[in-house]
Amino acid sequence: MAGPRHSSPRPAGLYDPAHEHDGCGVACLARLDGEPLHDVVVRALATLDHLEHRGAEGSDPETGDGAGILIQLPHEFLRANAHDFGVSAGQIPPPGEVAIAVCFLPADDERRAMLERELEDAVAAEGQIVLGWRDVPTYPEHCGTIARSVMPVIRQLMVGRSGDCADQDAFERKLYVIRRTVELRTGEISMPSFSSRTMVFKGMLSAPQLSRFYADLRHPALTTAVAIVHSRFSTNTFPSWELAHPHRMSAHNGEINTLAGNINWMQAREAILSSELFGEDLERCLPLVSPGTSDSLAFDHVFELLCLAGRSLPHAAMMMIPRAHENMPGVPPAIEGFYHYHSRLIEPWDGPAAIVFTDGRFLGATLDRNGLRPGRWLVTRDGWVAVSSEAGSFQVPDDQVIRRGRLHPGSMFAVDLDRGRVLDDGEAEREVAALAPWGEWDEEGTVHLDDVPRDTVPPQRMPTAEELRRAQLAFGYSQEDLRVVLAPMARDAKEPTGSMGNDLALALFSDNSPSLFSYFKQQFAQVTNPAIDPVREQIVMSLRTGLGPESNLLAQGSLTSTQLLLERPVLTNEESAVLRALDWGGLTTEVLDMTWPVAEGPQGMGDAVERLCAEASAAIQAGAGIILLSDRALDPERAAIPSLLATSAVHQHLVRSGDRVMAGLAVETGEAREVHHVAALIGYGASAVNPYVMFDTVAEMASLHEVEDLEPETARQRAVDALETGLLKVLSKMGISTIGSYNAAQIFEAVGLDRELVDRHFTGTSSTIGGVGIEELAREALARHARAFPSAHGLSRAGHVEEKLLPAAHEDLLPQGGVYAWRRDGERHMWDPETIASLQRATQTNGNGNGDGRVHYATFAQRVNEENAQHGLIRGLLRARKPDPPVPLEEVEPAVEIVKRFSTGAMSLGALSPEAHEALAVAMNRIGGRSNSGEGGEDPRRYKRERNGDWRRSAIKQVASGRFGVTAHYLANADQIQIKIAQGAKPGEGGQLPGAKVGEYIAQLRYSTPGVELISPPPHHDIYSIEDLKQLIYDLRTANPSATVSVKLASEVGVGTVAAGVVKAGADHVVIAGHDGGTGASPLSSIQSAGVPWEIGLAETQQTLLENDLRSRVLLQIDGQMRTGRDVLVAALMGADEYGFSTAPLIVTGCIMMRVCHLNTCPVGVASQDPELRRRFTGKPDHVVNYLFLVAEELRELMAEMGVRRLADLVGRVDLLEPGEALAHWKSHGVDLTDLLTNSATPGELPRHDPEAVPAREDLDPLGLVAEARDAIRTGRDIEIERDILNLHRAIGGVVSHEVVSVHGPAGLPEETIQLRLRGSAGQSLGAWLAGGIAIDLRGEANDYVGKGLSGGILSVRPPEQAAYVAEENVIIGNVALYGATAGRAFFRGLAGERFAVRNSGASAVVEGVGDHGCEYMTGGCVVVIGPTGHNFAAGMTGGIAYVYDPDETFAGRCNRALVDLEALGAEDKIQLRELLLEHHRRTGSAVAEQLLAGAGHGPAQFVKVMPREYKRVIAERSQLATVGVTA
Amino acid sequence: MSPDPRGFIKVPRATPPERDPAERVHDYGEIYKVLPEPELKRQASRCMGCGVPFCNNGCPLGNLIPDWNDLVRTGHWREAIDQLHATNNFPEFTGLICPAPCESACVLDINDDPVTIKQIEYAIIERAWDEGWVTANPPEFRTGQRVAVIGSGPAGMAAAAELNQVGHEVIVFERDEAPGGLMRFGVPDAKLEKWMIDRRVKLLVEEGVLFEYGVDVGGADLAVDELRAAFDAVVVATGSRVPRDLEMPGRELGGVHMAMDYLYQRNRYVATISGGPEGPEPDVEISAAGKNVVVIGGGDTGMDCISNANREEAASALLLDVYPEVPVGGRYPDTPWPLQPRRSVTTYALDEGGAREFGRQVVELRGGDGAVSEVVGHEVTGTSSRSLEVVPGSEFVVPAELVLIAVGFTGPEPELLDGLGVERDSRGNVAAPLFASPQAGVFACGDARVGQSLIVTAIAEGRRCARIADRWLSQPERAPAGASATGG
Repeated sequence: MAGPRHSSPRPAGLYDPAHEHDGCGVACLARLDGEPLHDVVVRALATLDHLEHRGAEGSDPETGDGAGILIQLPHEFLRANAHDFGVSAGQIPPPGEVAIAVCFLPADDERRAMLERELEDAVAAEGQIVLGWRDVPTYPEHCGTIARSVMPVIRQLMVGRSGDCADQDAFERKLYVIRRTVELRTGEISMPSFSSRTMVFKGMLSAPQLSRFYADLRHPALTTAVAIVHSRFSTNTFPSWELAHPHRMSAHNGEINTLAGNINWMQAREAILSSELFGEDLERCLPLVSPGTSDSLAFDHVFELLCLAGRSLPHAAMMMIPRAHENMPGVPPAIEGFYHYHSRLIEPWDGPAAIVFTDGRFLGATLDRNGLRPGRWLVTRDGWVAVSSEAGSFQVPDDQVIRRGRLHPGSMFAVDLDRGRVLDDGEAEREVAALAPWGEWDEEGTVHLDDVPRDTVPPQRMPTAEELRRAQLAFGYSQEDLRVVLAPMARDAKEPTGSMGNDLALALFSDNSPSLFSYFKQQFAQVTNPAIDPVREQIVMSLRTGLGPESNLLAQGSLTSTQLLLERPVLTNEESAVLRALDWGGLTTEVLDMTWPVAEGPQGMGDAVERLCAEASAAIQAGAGIILLSDRALDPERAAIPSLLATSAVHQHLVRSGDRVMAGLAVETGEAREVHHVAALIGYGASAVNPYVMFDTVAEMASLHEVEDLEPETARQRAVDALETGLLKVLSKMGISTIGSYNAAQIFEAVGLDRELVDRHFTGTSSTIGGVGIEELAREALARHARAFPSAHGLSRAGHVEEKLLPAAHEDLLPQGGVYAWRRDGERHMWDPETIASLQRATQTNGNGNGDGRVHYATFAQRVNEENAQHGLIRGLLRARKPDPPVPLEEVEPAVEIVKRFSTGAMSLGALSPEAHEALAVAMNRIGGRSNSGEGGEDPRRYKRERNGDWRRSAIKQVASGRFGVTAHYLANADQIQIKIAQGAKPGEGGQLPGAKVGEYIAQLRYSTPGVELISPPPHHDIYSIEDLKQLIYDLRTANPSATVSVKLASEVGVGTVAAGVVKAGADHVVIAGHDGGTGASPLSSIQSAGVPWEIGLAETQQTLLENDLRSRVLLQIDGQMRTGRDVLVAALMGADEYGFSTAPLIVTGCIMMRVCHLNTCPVGVASQDPELRRRFTGKPDHVVNYLFLVAEELRELMAEMGVRRLADLVGRVDLLEPGEALAHWKSHGVDLTDLLTNSATPGELPRHDPEAVPAREDLDPLGLVAEARDAIRTGRDIEIERDILNLHRAIGGVVSHEVVSVHGPAGLPEETIQLRLRGSAGQSLGAWLAGGIAIDLRGEANDYVGKGLSGGILSVRPPEQAAYVAEENVIIGNVALYGATAGRAFFRGLAGERFAVRNSGASAVVEGVGDHGCEYMTGGCVVVIGPTGHNFAAGMTGGIAYVYDPDETFAGRCNRALVDLEALGAEDKIQLRELLLEHHRRTGSAVAEQLLAGAGHGPAQFVKVMPREYKRVIAERSQLATVGVTA
Repeated sequence: MSPDPRGFIKVPRATPPERDPAERVHDYGEIYKVLPEPELKRQASRCMGCGVPFCNNGCPLGNLIPDWNDLVRTGHWREAIDQLHATNNFPEFTGLICPAPCESACVLDINDDPVTIKQIEYAIIERAWDEGWVTANPPEFRTGQRVAVIGSGPAGMAAAAELNQVGHEVIVFERDEAPGGLMRFGVPDAKLEKWMIDRRVKLLVEEGVLFEYGVDVGGADLAVDELRAAFDAVVVATGSRVPRDLEMPGRELGGVHMAMDYLYQRNRYVATISGGPEGPEPDVEISAAGKNVVVIGGGDTGMDCISNANREEAASALLLDVYPEVPVGGRYPDTPWPLQPRRSVTTYALDEGGAREFGRQVVELRGGDGAVSEVVGHEVTGTSSRSLEVVPGSEFVVPAELVLIAVGFTGPEPELLDGLGVERDSRGNVAAPLFASPQAGVFACGDARVGQSLIVTAIAEGRRCARIADRWLSQPERAPAGASATGG
C-alpha cells in the first residue's frame, strides 16, 4: 500500500506486518426504489451494531479493529454543508460532476499542508477543478486510546468535473489517476474514497463508536439508497485507520489465501497492461498494487481498476472470484466459456470470502467458490434489501419479510438500483456471460496438446538401466526414494502414508547433499482460513492450467495471445517431448539448458543461473511463447542446477524485467520425484513440470516386478495420478482450490537458506535463520553429480556413497536415504537407537529422578543436547548466558513445582492403545501436569478418581475437526479444552483412522460403527475465519465455564500474528507446535515438508504478543520433540510458560519409533488396538513420572548454574540466550539467529502471563436461563422458559446443558424436561452441545452452527407465525448445522445452508432443503431432506442414513457417490421416515411434511435412501453375527 | 514392496535346522543347514521394517537388515546380495559364526523371538554363490600406491578387499600357512568349513590382492624397515592373540593347555585329512581322546573345545563357567534390550555330548607325575569378576586328564608393534583411536586395535580402517612411495 500505515510498525525481529489477516462481519442495505434516505444510514449502522461480536479489540479494549460505512455520494448533505467546503450550495456542481476525496492526512500541520497542495496540484494537473476542503467533524473521545494516538486528520476535498471528461465514467477514471499518482508520489496520503458516486466513513473504531465518532453520520441530510457496513477483526497487532473497511468499492469478510500469487501476477502483467479508456494515464498509476497491501485492499484496487477500465461490477467480480466450474456438474456452457476465457487474463483470488461491493448504482454480494463465509439476505415488502453476515442483524418486523435467502458458493446476489431489481439465482452471471462469445474467443486462442501434430517428435526411448542409474545418482535419488516414495505412488496412485512425524535434522545440517527442495517448507492455513479437503470436496478443485503468453487484462474481445491448454500441470515424458518441439498455432517453445560444465566448479553455477535468465529474456524477445527449462543435457561433463533455483530465478528475473507474462514457463527435470518437489516448482513459477527420471524409474521398477505386477505404462500413469492427487493436497492445505492461484504464489518458507540468495532468486520468501548460499548449493550439486560420474571429478571410483564406509561391490547402489526410516549411514534423526535405548533404560530403572536412572539419563541428555547442537536443531545452536553467579541447587524451586508446567501431547485413544493412553493420564495426574485426550473422546469411567488416588481422566480435552466423542459431558469433564487448529507434524491435514483400528470400544467412544474408517476433515467446519474461532471459544466456554480454552497452532511464518488474533479471540492458552511433532498417520510429504521448528514459531509469537501488548493475557506452551531439561530451558527463555512432551513419554512407555501407528501393528502395544499386541504393552505411569522428574532435575541444575531460582523468572528472557559456537558445520556459516533473539522488552519489565490482565469474559448466559432453570435441573421437574432473542444471543442453551450433564451425567434429563421457547433471530451456535432433557423451540430464524455437538437435546426452528413467505422456499438456518452432533433430534422448517449435518454421528434431523456438502463426513444418525439439495451430498459419509426427497429424480447427480449407494427404502426405513416426518410436522407445523404424510403422489417411493457402503457391509455382518448368536 | 505389517504376528520364529547331533559328532562337517526358501520368506516376513531398525545399529557393520529381509520376502535375491555386500564383504562368515548382536537388538527381542536375521543373511550369500552372482570385480585403475596388510583374519581380509577396490596395490602377509586367522585355526569346521575362506581368498586374488603366507613380519621373514620402505601404508591386523592365563596351584602340570593351542592343532588336523597343506609340527600334541576333559571358561572358545573333545571321543567333557546361568529371557539386568547379552548362549557342542556347570570357579589343579588328574573348585555367585562370592561348603573335585583354559585374550603380540614404534593403550592394544597410529602411514584395525571381539566387528574394523587409510593415501600432497618403488 502506497498510503501511510498510520500505526503499523516496521518489521522487527520476526514480526512482519505482511502476515496480517482479518476476518469480520459485513452487511449491506439498499432501497429498491433507489431513493436516498437518511434512514438507510441509520439502519445500516444499527445492523453493524448487531455484528459487533464478530469484530475485535486489541490490548486496549476501547480500540476496535476497524469499522466503517460506504454510501452514495450524499448531494443533499454536500449542499447543506457547502460552507464547510468554502463554497456556496449553488456552486456545487450537479450530481455526476462533483466528487469528494475523503483523505486521511498526517497530524503534522506543515506536512499536511504540503500533501494537500500536492493533491490540489494533481487535480489541477489532470484538468479537474478544486472546489474546497472541509474538516470532517470527529469526536476523538469516542475512540480508544491507541486509535486516538494514531488518528489521522480527516478532511474532504470537493472536486468538480471539467469539460475534458466526456462523462461520469471518464471523470471517475481521472479521479483514479489523480489518486494513484498522489499516493505513489507522496506515499503517505490515504484516501478511503475519491469518487463522484460514493463516499466512505471509516476508522480504527468499533461498530458502536462509528456513528459517535463521525457527526456526519447523524446528519439527517446524509442520505443514500445503498450502504455497506463492516466491522473488522484483525489478527494483526496493529490495526490501522486505513485498513478498516469498506474500501473504495468493497468490503470483505474472510481471507484471500492466494494473495501472494495474485500480487506477483498483477505485478508481472503490468508490462502488457493497456486500456483504450485510460490511454497513457495508466502507466502513471503503476504499480497497481504495492507490496504489503492487505488482501482485501489489494482486491479492491484490482476490482476498481477492472471496473474503471470498462467492465461492469458483476463482470469484474466474476473474473476475480470465479465459481467452481471445472468439476462442478451442471454449469451452463456460456458460463463455462466465460470462466475459461477469463482464466486467460487473471487467476482466481481464492479463499474464504464474502464480498459486498457497490459503485452506488449496483450492489453485489458474492461468496468464494466453496461458500466458506456466511451471507444471509432478505427482501421486505416495503422495498428494503439487506445482506448480512448474520441473519437478524437487520431488524424488520416479521410480517414485512417477503423472502429470506442466503448467498450460495460462487454465486452472486445483486441489486440493480437503476432497474430497481434484485438479481439472484445466477441472473447477474447469466447476463454477463451473454455479453460476448467468450467461449469461442477462448477456443480461438487455445492450443490443445492432443491436437499438436506429433510426427516431428522423436519417439521416446526408455533409458538403459545404466543410464537411468547414472541419472538417479546424479539427481540425488536414494534407495529409500524408490522403495518408500515411488513404489507406493506407482502402486496406489497416491502418496504413501507414514507415522510418528518428522524427527529429521534440518537440511541445513545434512552432509548427504539433500536437494534444494528440502530447504523449503510448505505453508498452510490455520485459523484465518480453512484448509480444504481435496478428496471429499473435489468439485471445487482444479488443476487446469494454461501455458503460454497472457493476454491484456483490460482488453475485451478476442484474446491477444495463444496458450497451450493443460488439464493438469504434470507432463508425461511424451507430452514433454511434444512441448519441446512445439511450433504450432503460433506458439513455439524455446528449450533452455539447466546444466553447467563441471569444469567450471561451484562458481560456474551462479554464472549459469545468470545465463539462463538472459537466455529467457532473449527467447521472449525472439518470440518464444513457452520457455522450457530442461536438465536433460546432464552428462559426465555437465551437472544440473537445482531445478527449483533455476525455475525461481528465471521467473523472478522475468517478473522484474516485465517479460514474465509474455511466455509460459515449464520445467523438465530429473530431480523432481515427490509431490513436494512438483509443488515447489509450481509455487515458484512453473506452470508445468515433467519429472522424467521419476517416470523412467517407476517404469523400470515395474518392469523388474518391484511394484507388484504392473505394466510400466500403468506404473507411470499412476505416478502421474499420485502427483496430481498430492498436488491437490498441497494446494488445499493452504485453502487454495486452483492450480492457477497456486502458481507462483510462493507459499513456502525457507529454512536454512542464505537471505541474499533468497531475496534475489526467491524474492519475497521468508528465510528466518539464513543459511547456505549459492556456493554451498553448487558444491552439493557437484557432490551429487560425482556420485554418478566420479571420473569427471577426479575420483577413482563411484565410491563414497555411504558417508562412513567404503563401498564393497556396490558402487552402483543408490545411497540409502534414511529420511523416512533411520539408517545408520543415512540422514540424522533426533530419535535413533542410542537415544531411544538410553532413555528407556533411564526411566524404567529408577524412581523420581534418583538412583541408577539418573546416570543413564545423563548419558541420554548429554547425547541429545550435543547432537542438537552439532546436527541440526535450532535450540542446539543457542546457549544460555550466565551473567549471574550460580546458586546452590537446593535453592532452586523443587522439581515437583516444575513438572506442573509439563503436559503430554494430544494423542487420541484410537491412535494409542487404551493402556498407553491411560498410563499417560495417570502419570500426568500424579504429578499435577496434564495429559491430553486427543481427538477421540474418552471413556466416562475414567472421569472418577480411583481409590488409590489415581485418575485416568485427561485434564485436557481436545476438540479437533472430527469432533469424535465431543459431547457435553466430555467437555464438562475438562480442566482445559483445547481447540486443535493444526498439528505440527501434518498441518493442514485432516486425519484418518483406518477401519482396522476402530474396534468396538473405539467406535463406542467415537459414536461410530466398528470396522468403518473414520475421516477427520482438514478444517474445523466451524472455523473458517478468525471470528469463527472467537465464536467457538465462546461456545466452548458455555459448555464448560470453568475450563480454560487453549488453541493449538503449528509453527510457520506468520504464526505469531495468528496467535495474536487467537488471543484477541479470547483464548487463555496458546500452543505452538513444532513441525517435528508426531502423528498417527499422514502423507509423507506433509510430515517432511510442511511447517517449521517451534523455535521460529515461538520467537515470532513471543515477539508479536509483546509488540502488541497481549502477552500478559495468555499462557504459551510449546511442543515438538521436547526431550531434555536443556530443551525446556531454551523454550522458557524464548517465552514458553509450559512445555509439551509427546514422543519422549511414548518412548518411555515402550514406543520404539516403529512408525506403523497407522497399520495397527505396533509390536509393543503402544499404538495398536489389537488385543494381542496390547498385551505386549509394558509401560507404566511410573516410567513417565520418572522421565519428567529427570527432565526437571536436569533443568534445575542448569538453573542453578545460571543463578536462577524460579522457572517463572526465566520465561521470555531471550536476552539470556546467545548463539553457541556450534556453527562449525561447513554449510552453516551463513546462519544468523539475530531475528530469533530480538527482544523488544526490557528484562525487568518483561510482560508475563497475568490473570489480572485478561479482560472480563463475555456474559455466557445473557438470557439468564441457568438461574431460571436451576431448580428444574436439580429436581428434574418440567419447566418452560420463554424468551425474545436477538442474533447477539449466541450458543443459547450451552450453560444450561453444562449444568445438566454435570449433575446428571452423559444422558442428561428425561426428554423435554426443560423447554426453551424462543422468538426472534438466534445468534450463532443455537443449541450447541444441547444436553438430553432440554428442548429448544424457536420461532424465527437461526444463524450458523445450529445444534453443533448436539448431545441429546431436541431443536426445532420454524418461521414466525406472521411470516409472509412460504417456509420451505426460504432460509431458516445457516451453515454447518449439527456439526459433530452425537445424539438428539432437530427439525427445521425451511432451508438450511451448506454442510448440513457435517460429521453428524448420532442425531436425527428433518430439514426442508440443504446447500452443498450435506451430510459430509457423517458417521451416524439419520437425516431427512424434504426439499432441494445442493451439490456434493454425502461426501466422505461413512455411516448413518439419509432419506432424500427426490421427486424429479435428479438427486443422484448432486450426490457424491464415492462412499455411498442410493437405494430404495425398505420397510424399516419407511417406518423411521414416517416417525420423523410426524414429529417434524408436530413440532414445526411443516406444510411439506403434512403433504408427504398425506401420501398422494408424495409417498416414500419418491425418497431415496443414501446408504454408506462400508456401513451397510458392517451392519450386515453384525446382524448376521447376531442371528448366528441367537440360533446358537 | 513394503514389509508385511502382520508377519511377525502370524509367523513364529524358526531357527536354522541342524544336523542330528548323534550323527554329526562323528565327523567334522558343517552342522548347520539352511531353511527351505518358502520358510525363509516366511521368516523374512517377520521383519517389521522398523522406523528405527535397531538391528542396523546393533550390527557393527551396519548391515541393511530390514532392506534385505524384505528383498528376501519378495524373492529379490539378486538385489538382496547387492544390499548385503554393500556393507559386508564376507556375509558367509558372519552368516555362520557371528553371535548376531543384530538379533539381540531386533525389536521383536523385546517381547517375542527376534527375526532369524543371521540365517537369512547366510541364505542370501549362499544363494548368490550358487547362482554365480559372486564374481571378481577388479578395480578399473590402479593408484600406484602400495599397502601391506599384516594378518589375514577377517579384519585384514576386509581391509585388503576395500583398499584393493579403490585401486591400491595390496599385499596381505600371513604368518600361518593359510589365510583366515582364528577364523581358520580357532573355529571348528563344524561351524565354518574352511573351503569357504579359500573361496573368498580366491576371489580377492582374482581382484588383484596378493597373499603371502608363512611370513612373520617384523620377525625373521620381513624386517620392519624393509616393510616401511616398500609400502606406502601398513595396516596392522594381527589380532589379539596373547591368551589370558590363570594363576593357580597346578597350572604348570602337564595336560593343562591354552584352549587356542588345542584348537589350532585340531583345525590343522582337520585341514590335513581334507587334503589341506601341512602345518608346522606342534611342540606337544594335545589330544582329548579317552580323557576326562575340563574346559575352564564359558565362551564360544570353550564350547568349541567341547565340540572337538566330543569328536575325539573324550571320556568326558565338562565345561566350567564361573558365571551363573543366563536368566530367562537371556539377559542380565545390566544388558537390557537392545544391548547384546554379555554371555553367549550357544550350546551346540553340548547337544553332542559333555556337560556345563555354571557358577563354578576353579582354584587348583592337582595331579601326579607332572600330569594333571583333578580339578578343584568351588561354587560362586555374582555376574561379574568383581562381584564373585564363594558359596561356603561348595568345594568340589572332578577328574581331568586334559584341562583347557579358555578365558579369553589379553591383547596383541608386542613384537611387530614395537618394531613399528606404535603406541599401546592401557589395555595393550594399538593406540589408534581413528585407525591411524601416530606413525605416519601405519594403521591398525580389528582385535589388535580394540581387543578380542566378534568376527563382525573385525570386518567392520577392516572396512573403516581402509577408508581412513585411503583418505590418507589420497592426500594430494603425498607422493606415492610405491610409485617410485615399482616404477609406476
